[in-house]
Amino acid sequence: MTARFRAYLPGGVGSRLGGTLFFGLAILGTIALLSIIGPFLTDASLAQVGAVTPRRPPGGDYPLGTDAQGRDMLALMVHATPATLKMGLIAGVIGVGLGSVLGLIAGQFGGWVDAVIRVVSDSLLTVPAIAILVVIAGSIDRMTTGIMALVVASLSWMFTTRTVRAQVLTIRERGYIEVARVNGETPMEILFREVMPNVMPYIVASFVGTVSAAILAIIGLEALGLGSQDEMTLGNTIYWAQQSSAVLRGFWWWWAPPIVVIAMIFVGLFLTSVGFDRFANPRLERR
Amino acid sequence: MSGAAVLDVQDLDVVYDTASGPARAVNRVSFALRPCQRLGLIGESGSGKTTMGTALMRLTRAPGRIAGGRILLDGADILTLSPRELRATRLRDIALIPQGAMSALNPVMRLRAQMVDAILAHEPGRSKVELDARISELLTRVGLDPVVADRYPHELSGGMKQRAVMAIATSLSPKVIVADEPTSALDVVVQRQVMQTLGRLQAGLGAAVVLIGHDMGLIAQFADTVGVMYAGRLVEIGPVAAMIEAPRHPYTQLLIDSLPGIDVKRRLTGIPGLPPPLVTLPDGCPFAPRCPLAHDRCRSELPSPQTVAPEHRVACHLYPEHESLPPFRAAEATA
Amino acid sequence: MSLSLVQYLIRRLFQLALVIFIAVSVNFVIPRLLPGDPVATALARLQTAGTGDTMDIEAVSASYRARYGLDQPLWNQYLNYWSDLFRFDFGVSFSNFPEKVTTMVGAALPWSVGLLMTATLLSFAVGSLMGARLAWPGGGRLIRALVPGMMVLSAIPFYLLAIIMVYIFAVELRWLPPAGGVETTRIMRLDWATALDVLRHAVLPCLSIALGSIGFWALGMRSQMVCVLGEDYITFAEAKGLSPGRIFFRYGIRNAFLPQITALALNLSAVVSGAVLVEVIFNYPGLGSLLYVAIRGQDYFVIQGVVLVLIVTLAVAMFIVDLIYPLLDPRIRR
Repeated sequence: MTARFRAYLPGGVGSRLGGTLFFGLAILGTIALLSIIGPFLTDASLAQVGAVTPRRPPGGDYPLGTDAQGRDMLALMVHATPATLKMGLIAGVIGVGLGSVLGLIAGQFGGWVDAVIRVVSDSLLTVPAIAILVVIAGSIDRMTTGIMALVVASLSWMFTTRTVRAQVLTIRERGYIEVARVNGETPMEILFREVMPNVMPYIVASFVGTVSAAILAIIGLEALGLGSQDEMTLGNTIYWAQQSSAVLRGFWWWWAPPIVVIAMIFVGLFLTSVGFDRFANPRLERR
Repeated sequence: MSGAAVLDVQDLDVVYDTASGPARAVNRVSFALRPCQRLGLIGESGSGKTTMGTALMRLTRAPGRIAGGRILLDGADILTLSPRELRATRLRDIALIPQGAMSALNPVMRLRAQMVDAILAHEPGRSKVELDARISELLTRVGLDPVVADRYPHELSGGMKQRAVMAIATSLSPKVIVADEPTSALDVVVQRQVMQTLGRLQAGLGAAVVLIGHDMGLIAQFADTVGVMYAGRLVEIGPVAAMIEAPRHPYTQLLIDSLPGIDVKRRLTGIPGLPPPLVTLPDGCPFAPRCPLAHDRCRSELPSPQTVAPEHRVACHLYPEHESLPPFRAAEATA
Repeated sequence: MSLSLVQYLIRRLFQLALVIFIAVSVNFVIPRLLPGDPVATALARLQTAGTGDTMDIEAVSASYRARYGLDQPLWNQYLNYWSDLFRFDFGVSFSNFPEKVTTMVGAALPWSVGLLMTATLLSFAVGSLMGARLAWPGGGRLIRALVPGMMVLSAIPFYLLAIIMVYIFAVELRWLPPAGGVETTRIMRLDWATALDVLRHAVLPCLSIALGSIGFWALGMRSQMVCVLGEDYITFAEAKGLSPGRIFFRYGIRNAFLPQITALALNLSAVVSGAVLVEVIFNYPGLGSLLYVAIRGQDYFVIQGVVLVLIVTLAVAMFIVDLIYPLLDPRIRR
């Protein structure tokens, strides 16, 4: 099936668009679609505390049941998913943006600027993110989804910096950089016209990875109870379920829906990143 | 030294299963070697010579596969051996000196361990004392100090690694040695040393050698028989002197002519055009598109090898079922 | 030991020291950057929560201010902080006053280390072997069938796997206990009964971490193995007539293992992060649960102490892995 679909894609894209990338994007696309359309089809008020009868199992009026505090699980899922995705995307964009800039600067200008950036990013990489994030998140009085995204973004840039820097260094060895320099291009021009286009695939690849890690950290912090208390997010849903001892009491519909959605998001991101690697580096497809 | 052939290749076919279809890398190639004979297989990149070498030991890797023919080693067809019998035959009866011997050694094992496991795989139960003595002897034979046995590969130079690999390859006194471009990454001085060592080893063992390469000069100095491959076909095979001085096949002639001479000053010539893609081989002789002497029959019918002189065969329509013919100078035809 | 090996060790040691320095400084700086005085807020909250009668807030507050010099300039506070650390004085817990943070951390650390080491070693070993087998041409159909499942499992965060595991095994099937490190009524002794109890309670947390990471190690090892199998020394090993088993282990895995160890060092921090949350789900008496309880109770010094220990332990673990690398790769030793 995927082969036939691929045949319609322009140029050589179709043959390189492996099944993995296709499935990954398909999963993410489905979730994104539901996130955008869903809120229009469901009533957000149903997902508020005390909106409906609590502790009802799935069936009838409530396809996914209701939780301990009277929220309709389906409505909750439909509104929580886009909230989590939004936070992840914001954190991802900031993280990758910051990381790319730092990586480009470090690789292009070298010297002590490079040394400082490299040392800081390598050291922070060896630190368990959750530890620092917990300290930061725990020190904030009033948490919101925006602040959460920023907090997570603060430790999401290092991998991108490392990747981008390595790639910039490799590119600088290439012949066309010398040619550009001899042609009189300024370092800034070289950076934007020669280096950037060749670094783009790596930036895109690390974007997927960064978003994945960001969502992981966000959900983790929220599940610990450090998230924005009132807002509907996937991590908070799990936290509320835990607080009401959902697992021990056997009320699986409080925690299973968010886990399924989260699993789908991560599987989608994972397949996309693996597939994209193959797409960007077809030479590696030897076997 | 005459006698029964120790290596007899009959109509060997090796095919690569590519995305665009099967590519015939070795196309019905046949030749036979007697003990002590030195065959030099020469050809451009993509001519199939390396594939040929790998196939002789059944080391062809996917997507390649041996699609037909027989390889008789001392009368036994190795293509029909069971995996266990095949493993026993390798190194003991036929040994490989691989292309890029620089990387043929396991970087995390000491040389001694790599030599020992080769011997023990065929002669289990040897004592440590015996093995150590054997290894010292093998290393000395290739001109290495036995102390290198305790080194790691990265501590040896290129030439030393090459000779170590030769020591391993000859450790069980094989009857046939397949040397695939053994000197391609070495400088000329080391090249000469390595080729001399190979020659000494071969003479001492009485083994037959298949030397694969693209350096006509090197091969001509070492081999007594030369085979020329083009697009998977063995287009000519014969004694080295005849091949150099009076080559029959137009491709061979052009190859010889393209070698720069040190005493004659003239323009360098090449062979215009490129070898055909192996997936879409043209009907007829694969060299026809580039051959200055090609005629209609060449483009429609694949020539089969004809004997034109003792031990000398050519696959070319210029020699239709003739026993012998005076040499044809292709260069004169194009002048 | 050659000179370059010594240089390598010194460089790694320096990096270790640097990481610890940065981590400690971050730990110091962040709470002081954010608005409000955490110590005062924490004490005030405890006071309003009604525990004020069991401790003299004024006295505690005053002693802290004096001791930690919270009224002194920042530099002095920073230096005091370091000198306290060297004396292993991490402060005192508010929730469990006057228990020292060092004691609490010391009690929790062995549980975390035990859990993590077991889970990681298990998943790393099994995963790597599976991955290597996957790369080996032919056969292994059983393992191949497991690949999609492993990929999905590795995409799910550990703590979510933990929830699923608790539900299936502890609630529905009732095979294993849902929480804790040991039965609440047990007195810890060095005997078989205690050991068995510890093991029973460790199975689910361990599995959550192990199953969540096994896919990652397997796929990584598979890539490395595929690269290694394309190398010339594998072909030559076959040409020597060696058995497939020997080639697989001594020539294949032995070489593919090196980049895999590097991957272990790089990903250890992610594993630790996930493990912390798993402990919370299981109420496992390790650093994770300690951290969680401290966050709930705004137990400021405990939080700082646990975070610091987490960072330092991880840095030391990575350093140990870095030490192992030259032992395995003779090219580095030179």
